[in-house]
Amino acid sequence: MNKFKWFNAQNIEEALERTNATVSDAINRGSADSAIIKSGGIELLDFIKEGIIEPAEIINIKSIPGLEGIAFDRTAGLRIGANTTLADIENNGDIKLQYLALHQAVSKAATPQLRNVSTLGGNIAQRTRCWYFRSIDHPCFRKGGTTCFAQNGENQMHAIMNNGTCCSVHASSVATALLAYGATVEITSRGGQKKDVSIDDFFVNPFTDIRRESVLRRGEIITAVNIPAQGKNVKSWYIKQGERASFDWALADVAVVVELSGKRVRKAAIAMGAASPVPVRSKAAEEFITGKDINATTAAEAGQKAMENATPLAKNGYKVDLFKTIVKRALLESV
Amino acid sequence: MQDDHQKPRQELPKKGLSRRGFLKGAGLTTAGTVILQGGILGAEAAAVDKTLGPDAVTIQLKVNGIQRKIAVEPRITLADALRDKLNLTGTKVVCDRGSCCACTVWLNGKPVNSCMTLAMDATDAEVVTIEGLAQEDKLHPVQEAFIDHDATMCGFCTPGMVMTTAHLLENKPNANLDDIKHAIRGNACRCGTHPKVFDAALAAVQKMKKS
Repeated sequence: MNKFKWFNAQNIEEALERTNATVSDAINRGSADSAIIKSGGIELLDFIKEGIIEPAEIINIKSIPGLEGIAFDRTAGLRIGANTTLADIENNGDIKLQYLALHQAVSKAATPQLRNVSTLGGNIAQRTRCWYFRSIDHPCFRKGGTTCFAQNGENQMHAIMNNGTCCSVHASSVATALLAYGATVEITSRGGQKKDVSIDDFFVNPFTDIRRESVLRRGEIITAVNIPAQGKNVKSWYIKQGERASFDWALADVAVVVELSGKRVRKAAIAMGAASPVPVRSKAAEEFITGKDINATTAAEAGQKAMENATPLAKNGYKVDLFKTIVKRALLESV
Repeated sequence: MQDDHQKPRQELPKKGLSRRGFLKGAGLTTAGTVILQGGILGAEAAAVDKTLGPDAVTIQLKVNGIQRKIAVEPRITLADALRDKLNLTGTKVVCDRGSCCACTVWLNGKPVNSCMTLAMDATDAEVVTIEGLAQEDKLHPVQEAFIDHDATMCGFCTPGMVMTTAHLLENKPNANLDDIKHAIRGNACRCGTHPKVFDAALAAVQKMKKS
């Protein structure tokens, strides 16, 4: 690792004043004079250890009081501070009861050791785990290069939808659940202005801007994630399929949130991670299942619909079948 | 190759001077210079603002119950600080990316990857390493159970495996197999000792109930 300075921020303004680059800025513009914010630090350390960025200064925001914490209210919903660790989310009783799919997604993310440190803000702001992107020897589109090594390379873990420009997939499986629940991300910028960005708008597709994966810009910081209150007829479920049962990045994951009227689906959100460069909802599957009872036949059909626009690459065709299966299973499990 | 095998034993470092100690000694002159520079530059920087480093910064932390003061550059991980500054080499660094959990220590009572934790983040914290698990001459029940159940093969994952298991049992004395599997799912073992580790952990649950 390169040598860097360290600054313990005591408040958000202080951190925003000092920072001059996001990780994505540092990757694309060079990191020589960069001062980068860190919370849990797992993501940042990984990039520094790989030599992909060499920041001049780390601004520690773990030291900012009050940026962590979980508040649940039956009408206002859930608010999770950006510095809250994944372990604290996993162990929260209200979340397990009210937002089961989020609980499931968080408890399958990373390892218990990493969850004790990783924060929600850092988790959704992390960059893709595409092995070419993470390799200093591969100057891909996302690092200012002129090619995508995965398109005709080792693409077994890559996107099966929207994969024409860059076929990386977003790394956060927590985001899959947040998308299904219609979460919003609270972003605070210099001067203290706050804005709530819907999670659909938070993630940026490579064909919109290849250099980043979220709308977050330097001088901005995630301060919280809010999730609306869910009605009492709302059911949810999350499934992550990896290569191993113990822990791994998702090959495919899905979160479903359905509102029922009797046995019939009134409203459905079906979100998929590791399918596309950003987490996506399947409108086709949602429209299909709305107004119907969930049973083996309708759930399987919804799985088919979710994959009707799939454009798999040479080595990841198997993911199409994975998604069909886990969409079906998640719908069945949810009720 | 053959020459290496036939190298007389006398050429190895003398008794009391381990290979590790020898390597550290050889680099002492350079290390001393670095620390000295760090002291001067560090003081200058502090006068301007609250920025620390990039040269060595003195931090305090409690390790295995003892208050320690160490000089670390902000880029130094907790794992390296424990091993190189405090000579607590029981903590193993294997993947160095938070993917295998061999380097697991308890930081403020929670198991974390010391390879992905900067020492700065352990400032004023309480750290427990594998060396701090035994009480005086008595091994922790989890350590005993690992020995009794042959839960070790090559041994590189063992300190992390033990720290994770012991943490679970200290906090959940009635842990069942599912709890154990959930707790140690991050601890990779290339020798495949997991079934033995499960046996050892379950035996340790019984052992700790009796004691």
